[in-house]
Amino acid sequence: MIKLNVNHILYLVQAAEWTVLLSLIAFAGGSVVGLMLALLRVSKIGLMRALASGYIQIVQGTPLLIVLFLSYFGLGILGYKLDPLVAAGLSFTIYAGAFLGEIWRGCIEAVPRTQWEASDCLGLNRFQQYVYVILPQAVRLAIPPTVGFMVQIVKNTSLASVIGFVELARAGQIVNNSTFEPFAIFTVVAIIYFALCYPLSVAARALERKAHVGR
Amino acid sequence: MSADDAIVHVEGVVKEFGQLRVLDGVGFQVARGQVAAIVGRSGSGKSTLLRCIAGLETIQAGTIMVCGHEVGRPGSAARAQLRRDVGIVFQSYNLFPHLTVERNITLALTLVKKQSQEEAKKRASEVLALVGLTDKVSAYPEQLSGGQQQRVAIARSLALSPQVMLFDEVTSALDPELTAEVLAVMEDLARRGMTMITVTHEMGFARRVADLVVFMHKGKVWESGPTAELFGGPKTAEFSQFVASEL
Amino acid sequence: MSYQFDFSFLADRWPDFVAGAWLTIQLTVVSIALGLAVGTVCALVRVYGRALPRRLVGFYVELIRNTPLLIQIFIVYFGLSSLGLKLSAEVSAVIALVVNMGAYTTEIMRAGIQSIQRTQLEAADCLGLTRLQTILHIVLLPAMERVYPALSSQFVLLMLASSITSTISTEELTATANLVQSDTYRSFEVYIVVALVYLGLSALYRFAFWLIGLLLFARKRKLGTAL
Repeated sequence: MIKLNVNHILYLVQAAEWTVLLSLIAFAGGSVVGLMLALLRVSKIGLMRALASGYIQIVQGTPLLIVLFLSYFGLGILGYKLDPLVAAGLSFTIYAGAFLGEIWRGCIEAVPRTQWEASDCLGLNRFQQYVYVILPQAVRLAIPPTVGFMVQIVKNTSLASVIGFVELARAGQIVNNSTFEPFAIFTVVAIIYFALCYPLSVAARALERKAHVGR
Repeated sequence: MSADDAIVHVEGVVKEFGQLRVLDGVGFQVARGQVAAIVGRSGSGKSTLLRCIAGLETIQAGTIMVCGHEVGRPGSAARAQLRRDVGIVFQSYNLFPHLTVERNITLALTLVKKQSQEEAKKRASEVLALVGLTDKVSAYPEQLSGGQQQRVAIARSLALSPQVMLFDEVTSALDPELTAEVLAVMEDLARRGMTMITVTHEMGFARRVADLVVFMHKGKVWESGPTAELFGGPKTAEFSQFVASEL
Repeated sequence: MSYQFDFSFLADRWPDFVAGAWLTIQLTVVSIALGLAVGTVCALVRVYGRALPRRLVGFYVELIRNTPLLIQIFIVYFGLSSLGLKLSAEVSAVIALVVNMGAYTTEIMRAGIQSIQRTQLEAADCLGLTRLQTILHIVLLPAMERVYPALSSQFVLLMLASSITSTISTEELTATANLVQSDTYRSFEVYIVVALVYLGLSALYRFAFWLIGLLLFARKRKLGTAL
């Protein structure tokens, strides 16, 4: 049996880079899907709203773990090689998209009605209204909760370990399999997660406060 | 009046909020069955004085005796007893929004006085009858007008059979017609012999109902005495100015 | 695509899914109840407590909210057993879920408790209510009513998150799925079935919390307005 040593810690820190990478992929993918969903949710066309809402309801009513399994095995059925990174990236895009879509819809709806009316009176079309008037204001509202949600993304990337993606949580299990010091190892793993997440939490709160003062 | 007759006895009271001295050696007495009106401009310290008498603030110097309990010093052991003897009604009613009118009244009866539900409900209907709101038993506060809410607040306080009732600008948040219905209830209480101390802007009410008027100015009792005497001939320029401005 | 879907495993294995779902319900109902209790007490400490307990609760909340539930589960199950405290998978799962739920509930209930105006406490004090009576009768229910939507969303999230306890082989719904798929090799179908069951459970929980809300908040039931 090998004692827990500094090499193990280094290994964990390296694995944390994959956690960060997966988080960034999740955020990027989730942003694209989320923006689309948010815009669909405030669309004038009822069918679009219903579709987006249905998607969000389904994803938010299913455990992320199951989404991961479905992506992993689903991609296999489609004939793709079972690459955990692809499956994880897909899952997190699906998952983050639903939550970001819901958060951002709220932000778009929080822009006062009068802004739509005013820009309408100026003769802007709907696309121009979004790009020049509504979205810039919604983005300001969206930043604090979005940063807050990034904490959820970072934490949830740990679930990618169950489909064999070697990120921080999986690396912790691997080290544990050779050292059998679960309490120490998972505490270290928790500390690394905390180091990644806590600054985001603090930033989210600070931004939230600033937004409230600004208003 | 000697100190023994006084149900409320206030002497040399000093109250400070940080550097700010809000009450600066205040003293007066109220005998059982008397109605005292504390009047003065806003910022004169009159509401703070009432809060001190209610035991909601601690005082830095002086004594407040209410029904034989010392009030206002930190750690006053008689607090629970004080709560039994003194009722207070606030400007903002402070009814409990999640409870019906009846439950607002019976809550303290069952929890503090350990009455049964039936006893408490009976008492609630008695006091609601006194304030003329028998039909609102099962309403929630938000369904009532401001005047009705304030009458419920009075009933809630009254239900505990206090020996003294304190009223802190209870009509200041109300429209004139709603003010009238609340004042009528208070006048009725005074006729029934309730000892009352009321901080008020209603000079007409003070003249009509109060036995005793205390005029506060700059944290001091500037002038006080029997109502007719005081209004009949103000001794200080401040009081005559105040009376003139309130007409 | 030539893939043939095959759900025939359901004929034999449906009782396993029912049993798994039932365990999920049991685990999560217990965790929600205890987590709500922990969170409520912590929230009261956070708002009304002394400096040191307040700080400790803050530390607990930050610690839990900034680390993954998966790792929390591992620490409780593998970590504590390596330190000599042997707990069953189910007990470990409940402990981890309660600790996790408690932290989130603390934050939610704190917002609710802070929304209760000081004048309400003062009025209760003037009527002679003790501090405990004031908290029980004047503070908690309205506080909970104000944050009830956030609370019930959190409860549903916890139910979904309980799937993570499958990693320590708590035999709940997800673990059942893992087992059935390894027996039948119909992985995709199995997880589709389970996803549908979870969707059903989400709907069931939402409905149940709506119903509980109706029972709990008599004023809201009668008037339909927000507190």
